[in-house]
Amino acid sequence: MTANESKVDSIIDEYNAEPGSLISILQDIQAEHNYLPEESLEYVANRLDIPRVQVFGVATFFKAFSLKPKGKQQIHVCMGTACHVRGSKKVLEELERKLEIKAGDTTDDGEFTLETVNCVGACALGPVVIENEEYHGQMTPIKVESLLNGKKTER
Amino acid sequence: MIELVVTSINELESLRGQIQAEMDPDMTRITVCGGTGCHALGCTEVASAFEESLKSGGLADKVDLVITGCHGFCERGPIVIIYPQGIFYQKVTPDDVDEIIYTTVENSGIVERLQYKDPVTNEVKVHEEDIPFYHKQKRLILGNNTSIDPANIKDYIAVGGYSALAKVLGSKPGAVIDEVKKSGLRGRGGGGFPTGLKWESTRNASGDIKYVICNADEGDPGAYMDRSILEGNPHSVLEGMIIGAYAIGANEGYIYVRNEYPLAVANITTAIWQARENGLLGDNIMGSGFGFDVKVNRGGGAFVCGESTALMASLEGKPGEPRAKYIHTSDKGLWDRPSNLNNVETWANIPLIINNGADWYSAIGTESSKGTKVFSLVGKINNTGLVEVPMGMTLREIIFDIGGGIPGGKAFKAVQTGGPSGGCIPESLIDLPVDYDRLTEVGSMMGSGGMIVMDEDTCMVDVARYFINFLMEESCGKCVPCREGLLRMGEILTDITEGRGQMEDLDLIQDLSEVLRDASLCGLGQTAPNPVMSTLKYFRDEYEAHIKDHKCPAGVCSELITYSIDAGNCTGCGLCLKKCPTEAITGETKQPHVLDAGKCIKCGICYDVCKFDAVIKE
Repeated sequence: MTANESKVDSIIDEYNAEPGSLISILQDIQAEHNYLPEESLEYVANRLDIPRVQVFGVATFFKAFSLKPKGKQQIHVCMGTACHVRGSKKVLEELERKLEIKAGDTTDDGEFTLETVNCVGACALGPVVIENEEYHGQMTPIKVESLLNGKKTER
Repeated sequence: MIELVVTSINELESLRGQIQAEMDPDMTRITVCGGTGCHALGCTEVASAFEESLKSGGLADKVDLVITGCHGFCERGPIVIIYPQGIFYQKVTPDDVDEIIYTTVENSGIVERLQYKDPVTNEVKVHEEDIPFYHKQKRLILGNNTSIDPANIKDYIAVGGYSALAKVLGSKPGAVIDEVKKSGLRGRGGGGFPTGLKWESTRNASGDIKYVICNADEGDPGAYMDRSILEGNPHSVLEGMIIGAYAIGANEGYIYVRNEYPLAVANITTAIWQARENGLLGDNIMGSGFGFDVKVNRGGGAFVCGESTALMASLEGKPGEPRAKYIHTSDKGLWDRPSNLNNVETWANIPLIINNGADWYSAIGTESSKGTKVFSLVGKINNTGLVEVPMGMTLREIIFDIGGGIPGGKAFKAVQTGGPSGGCIPESLIDLPVDYDRLTEVGSMMGSGGMIVMDEDTCMVDVARYFINFLMEESCGKCVPCREGLLRMGEILTDITEGRGQMEDLDLIQDLSEVLRDASLCGLGQTAPNPVMSTLKYFRDEYEAHIKDHKCPAGVCSELITYSIDAGNCTGCGLCLKKCPTEAITGETKQPHVLDAGKCIKCGICYDVCKFDAVIKE
């Protein structure tokens, strides 16, 4: 048994290998690796004794899961309605230009992943960009540069 | 923690007395709002500064510091209230903390610069309830958020918590259902189905094992009341669920909560654990012989899982696809067993109804919609935040009296209610009293209570496209009308916003809308056309301007606007030139600059940075 499998095992055991806890199990595996490695999906299917197609179905149905590794720094742009009417689309476009990737992608150096999120409930601050755990409110395209510069110097 | 495990109803009352006796009403209590808005504004740093300052000043034992749930007035966060006086401070930073402790805590004075000042009258307001934002509200559900520590069951018990449960355990389940039916409570999650009837059907369904489920998969963008209730007063939801389970005859329950809400997950998990420890959850609750327990499941980030059958599929570890509901979930729901699903806010209403009685409850609100409703008032509005008002208050009162109107002297254009399933309500209907039926009559809906205010700078075609794109991405793809219909509607709306629209397109999207409404499998598809149908009905002129004149009157749709520089106003400061991402702007310093429309990507940065109104958008 590999180290990875024993970690997955302990996650599955926490949920008593209940098929109903599939989503929670996958969430915990993803929290561990920041994505869902394909071999762990097969392993989960075997342990829960459910078809592999169900595990893949769930892993690809829900937005929270990613089958691709994510960047070290995760940038989420809130696309909730309140942020939208206050111009979040322009903020996203500027981030896409500056990072040279589209929403949903990761930079080639594996540093940044840019994603959109549907409302984080911080509507008073809209448009909101969340970089790792930190909230940046009242974002504008102009502020994007300093946000990224701050991050790049930390590298 | 409390040592006492409550084994009888009388014991709960003596425990309450004990907790209340331990509390010194004259003791200073500093509450720091820990809601999402305040978090994003830095309340954690403010709370740490208080903690340190109290410790270093030797006041840690004399002053109670509590991080509470959301106060609702997110616009003015971080919010700090000093009890027992109830002094309200807004926009507090860590640098203000020492001054608050010195002036208010030690010397009973007031730090004037942190007080709320009415933007219109300039009048200073000392207490939260005097502020116009709060004044017209009726905060039955959110009220305790401002004073109790959500992570401490003692605080909830001290304000009367679990007394409704105690009352219920001594009565017959049928009587509980009758009381809820009589109260007129309708589901707060969107559909507005009468809660008592739902309970009754589940109770009457055959089967030994039944479930109660709390829908906390709050997916409507722009709505965050369920999050605030779960974060700020999780025991109220739990108490509601236990009462429901007792009435229905269920011994197991699930709370399905968005994974994007980590604090809500943490607080409800703590609440469940504490309730169990104290004999209020688990086997033999309060010695009554009734047993009930709850599990928390985190959602996977799919909007459609707010739909009851999709949510139940997800709870079973399957993709969240809805099924047709000719067999109701009250007969066959989770694991094919009778299941009763209610939304967070619905559950939180239950203890209020039981404690105060159905007559009290049904005296609040309108003929068909009883009680209060929490709305998240967001968008182009001065006082962004969560507001709780009696059903029947007019949109005008909510937006202008509580919300303080539109910022920057702009004109109000519309308010969007009901999330992606709702519609846009125009200015001509601003005096509409807000309840389930009136909102439906005008082509919108209550939904979970999002209220997004739009001003003259919001393009209604763009808003329709926004919602259709949102729903297109969130459609599970199971039924054709929703999967294909939304895709085509999205394409047509994109064509219109990019200047390729034809007048016939308007008839086509109207037709498609009707097909979606009539033929989709679940509520997501059936209500998906609302944003399009309502904007077509009330803002047809904007669609026509995009199609006939190739103009976006609000100046939003980038394909239909052009930027240029007014040589007369341009001072040649060079700011726009420096900021332009595509080098579309050229010119010598102190000479008027020129914008090359061919290179311009219409990002609008030059327009935003120019201090001399020299960039023209048309």
